[in-house]
Amino acid sequence: MQNIQDLEKILNSELNTKIKSSLIKHNQIYIKINETDLTEVILFLKTNPKTKFRQLIDITAVDFPENEIRFKLVYLLLSHEFNQRIIIEIDVKEKEFVGSITSIFPAANWMEREVFDMYGIDFKDHPDLRRILTDYGFEGHPLRKDFPLTGHNEVRYSHETKKVIYEPVKLEQNYRNFDYESPWEGTKYIKEQTKE
Amino acid sequence: MAKETKTLNLNFGPQHPAAHGVLRLILQLDGEIVEKADPHIGLLHRGTEKLIENKTYTQAVPYFDRLDYVAPMNQEHAFALAIEKILKIEVPIRAQYIRVMFCEIGRILSHILNVTTQAMDVGALTPTLWGFEEREILMGFYEKVSGSRLHANYFRAGGVHQDLPKGLDKEIGKFCERFPKIINDLELLLTDNRIFKQRNVDIGVVSKQDALDYSFSGVMLRGSGVPWDLRKSQPYDCYEQFEFKIPVGKNGDCYDRYLCRIEEMKESVNIINQCLANLPVGPIKTDDGKISPPPKKDIKQSMEALIHHFKLYTEGYRVDKDEIYTAVEAPKGEFGVYLISDGSSKPYKCKIRAPGFSHLQAMDYLIKGHMLADVPAVLGSMDIVFGEVDR
Repeated sequence: MQNIQDLEKILNSELNTKIKSSLIKHNQIYIKINETDLTEVILFLKTNPKTKFRQLIDITAVDFPENEIRFKLVYLLLSHEFNQRIIIEIDVKEKEFVGSITSIFPAANWMEREVFDMYGIDFKDHPDLRRILTDYGFEGHPLRKDFPLTGHNEVRYSHETKKVIYEPVKLEQNYRNFDYESPWEGTKYIKEQTKE
Repeated sequence: MAKETKTLNLNFGPQHPAAHGVLRLILQLDGEIVEKADPHIGLLHRGTEKLIENKTYTQAVPYFDRLDYVAPMNQEHAFALAIEKILKIEVPIRAQYIRVMFCEIGRILSHILNVTTQAMDVGALTPTLWGFEEREILMGFYEKVSGSRLHANYFRAGGVHQDLPKGLDKEIGKFCERFPKIINDLELLLTDNRIFKQRNVDIGVVSKQDALDYSFSGVMLRGSGVPWDLRKSQPYDCYEQFEFKIPVGKNGDCYDRYLCRIEEMKESVNIINQCLANLPVGPIKTDDGKISPPPKKDIKQSMEALIHHFKLYTEGYRVDKDEIYTAVEAPKGEFGVYLISDGSSKPYKCKIRAPGFSHLQAMDYLIKGHMLADVPAVLGSMDIVFGEVDR
């Protein structure tokens, strides 16, 4: 049994050129690496007898639209043997390709499809990169911060054409996003409306 | 003369009773042998993660009930723990006991549903009728404690919403006395049943290595002989104070997974009994007024309580900038929340790791080479609930 500090030391000594930074928080290790080293690092973590991160828990992305490097891709790994969790982060620009890890973990297949669907990040060498959770023929990437909460299209059954049709979203009332930071100034959209 | 053969594409679902919800499965058949299975999911996708990003932490809790809707409180637990770890809140011991108790009730709820519907998928109706009677009683406990049978919204950051109503502990105790007999009855119907065994033994076998590679967790992993349970290995709340066993399978087939679930139900009853025997007295949520709302009677008397109440139900509490992954052992496997907070009262990002998602992904691997009739058996033993797969 090794503790988390030892594990961090092992990682930093064996992979020292590849790890940009490492940090221990909430009893988990967070490491930052370059996109180019991704497959190598994950393969090392999975196969090395001192780490044995043999299970891929999840892959997800985070969107920071104001940053130049827009996305952060997050890989969560678990080692049953040593009872440790590691969180690997890589920075990804919009329209940049990321290497797929489906050859290392078959479970990555759907997880990468989900990231592709939700954020529009493309994976190189993925065997079957289709949308997964959204509708057939869906456009846009819903979890990007600039995608509206209500979406673009709504679906209803049309009695005239006797089939399900797509229409642009029409709302009786806008979604109200209250700004509680300073309740005296009113919310943003009211300010914008009164300005006109 | 050479015979011409052709594979047949079969569309299974999305409205099929054995699909356990809205699964559309495109099967490629060679005669009755399945050559390839391509699950199409997302028919129940509601954009939970996007919605959570736009709601306060308090408003986000009910969305977790709607993920795996047969064991709602187990999901809330992961979210509550994530917030508590970031804010470093101490949860009162009574609240921890109540949470553990209701998590185990959730586990029984989910396992009854799964075991009995698995039996129904292979042709037995009686277990479903017997099992659902018990589920009804358990949902009655949910209702008594939270006000609703399914969408509880009960586990909050810092504890639980309200204390157990008077007499509920005795009722749960009575249930625990009676329930082992019901499990026994179910077992009498199924465990040695010839048809049930023919349909499940050696079907959908998962090896240890493949279970790990495909990110299996929970019963799917334990059924293949990997002794891994987050309640033991990374205990949360007060799970380390209880004595319970982790049932582990041997062959990794549908039958072993069924046996694991039956044994887990017995262990859950055992944990609930231990909870009831040692249930401490005291507060049920943290006394930090910045996080948990004040009791109703204080609002009429104290200015501070009134302000807290107002701020908590409009702006909500703020969570410091941080990122964390927390996981709990939900009935179906490892349910995790990857939470990124930015210091405001809304999560910046909340990724939900649902166990069913990775299990369903392995459908093609599990069913390849099996008969068409094995599809519902394998699907039933995977314990798929579309609320959590599609999110």
